Amino acid sequence: MLEQAASIAAFVGQGLVLAGAIVTIIGSVGVLRFPDFYTRIHAASVTDTLGAGLIIVGLVLLGGGFFVTVKLLIIWGLILITGPTASHALANAAFTSHVKPLGRGDLRQPSASDEG
Amino acid sequence: MEWTAPLLADPSLLFGAALLVMLAAILCAIVVSRKLLTSVALTGLFTLVAALWYIAMDAPDVAFTEAVVGGGVSTLILLGSILLTRESAEPVSPSRMVFPAIAVILAGVAILYAVGSIPGFGDPASPANASVGRDYLERTYKEVGIPNVVSAVLASYRGFDTLGETTVVFAAAVGVMLLLGFGERALGDPARRHEALNPDLVEEIDHHVVLRVATKIMIPLMFLFGLYVLFHGEVGAGGGFQAGVILAIALIVHALVFGLSETMRAFPAAAMRAGASAGVLIYAGVGVINMLNGGAFLDYDFLFPPPLEQALSGPDGHAGQHYGIIAIEIGVTATVASGITAIFYGFAGRAPDIASRGASRGPESGGGS
Repeated sequence: MLEQAASIAAFVGQGLVLAGAIVTIIGSVGVLRFPDFYTRIHAASVTDTLGAGLIIVGLVLLGGGFFVTVKLLIIWGLILITGPTASHALANAAFTSHVKPLGRGDLRQPSASDEG
Repeated sequence: MEWTAPLLADPSLLFGAALLVMLAAILCAIVVSRKLLTSVALTGLFTLVAALWYIAMDAPDVAFTEAVVGGGVSTLILLGSILLTRESAEPVSPSRMVFPAIAVILAGVAILYAVGSIPGFGDPASPANASVGRDYLERTYKEVGIPNVVSAVLASYRGFDTLGETTVVFAAAVGVMLLLGFGERALGDPARRHEALNPDLVEEIDHHVVLRVATKIMIPLMFLFGLYVLFHGEVGAGGGFQAGVILAIALIVHALVFGLSETMRAFPAAAMRAGASAGVLIYAGVGVINMLNGGAFLDYDFLFPPPLEQALSGPDGHAGQHYGIIAIEIGVTATVASGITAIFYGFAGRAPDIASRGASRGPESGGGS
């Protein structure tokens, strides 16, 4: 019974790590492909929170001792605080320095102004 | 690097190779980029990837140092120095690139030539592993009694070298203070106090609520982690240098979010100067105490007078070594934390001067944290 639970946990853990890796890749593609600064921040923060979170929860399920689990959960908590804060700081800095989000119809023109 | 081994046969080799390719790509991007801000961000990325690579090479102490010093504090100080200069580098004419290019190519050829005689990774017959390294591994637990051999070598066997490194940090802080001042000028004009690093604070709408709340959560944790790294250095990766840098980063983050003058009120520049000197004094003082008790300089077995050492240690303890290493690590932490903070004060304290001269590059506005 216990062995079965352990193997199920390992299976779910592997799946979560894989899902995290896929989300991270999706986020990276988004950073490269999205048209303006704000949408790119959105893609980057997906990498930060969801990607890293999935990987860490997966690692917790994959096991390690008690202390490894606690440390991973603490790291997850820190990422949950710092990631969104960093995204907010970026968006805030862009907004206060008057970077305009793209509106309807802006996608037709090539945008050269959105340097990160 | 073992060139005879097939790269695909060993996943860890492949991982290391991928990291090295990333390092090379980031380096090219740094060289090509003309925007200094981009270069600084890429430098931080470079050090983080390098730290990952050190982890892959089983060197967590080095990786830790690289992450906190390269990724943390030097990126922050470079950002601070961009505030004092221009935003983008001027293009260099090709004729002025000739001699640097020749020098770089020659150095590269020399390094490539030397690669052939580097022993393979983990080669037990290499000089480092066969003689000195094995000696340390065999003797450390008997003579010093702490599990982390790296800390034992740094703090005890090579205590004199580490004293030199601590003094170098102190000297660097003194040099920056002599060149840029103590940063206390930023406090001089009360009207400009808040604008020093944070022009948005004087606006009507407060844009920094989220940053302030998150920073209030994070800074105590950073201090706690710094102290953990300091006192856990005997057992795990870490030690005085890393701890000092983490404490300094906590202060710098405070300055970036709450404004320089707030930080300087909580941690006065004079205290930072005193702390930087006190750290070196603690370190060298431990050595002198050893001499007074009849040992050699920095021989911690003589930290206490021999009878007391006997009483404290018991049959197989090394009380003098334990307390001596903790004492000098505290000294290192004091010097590094205060020294880096003093350097940051020196840079940041110049910002209002430049802003008042109208040469400023505009608001720095929170994005730097």
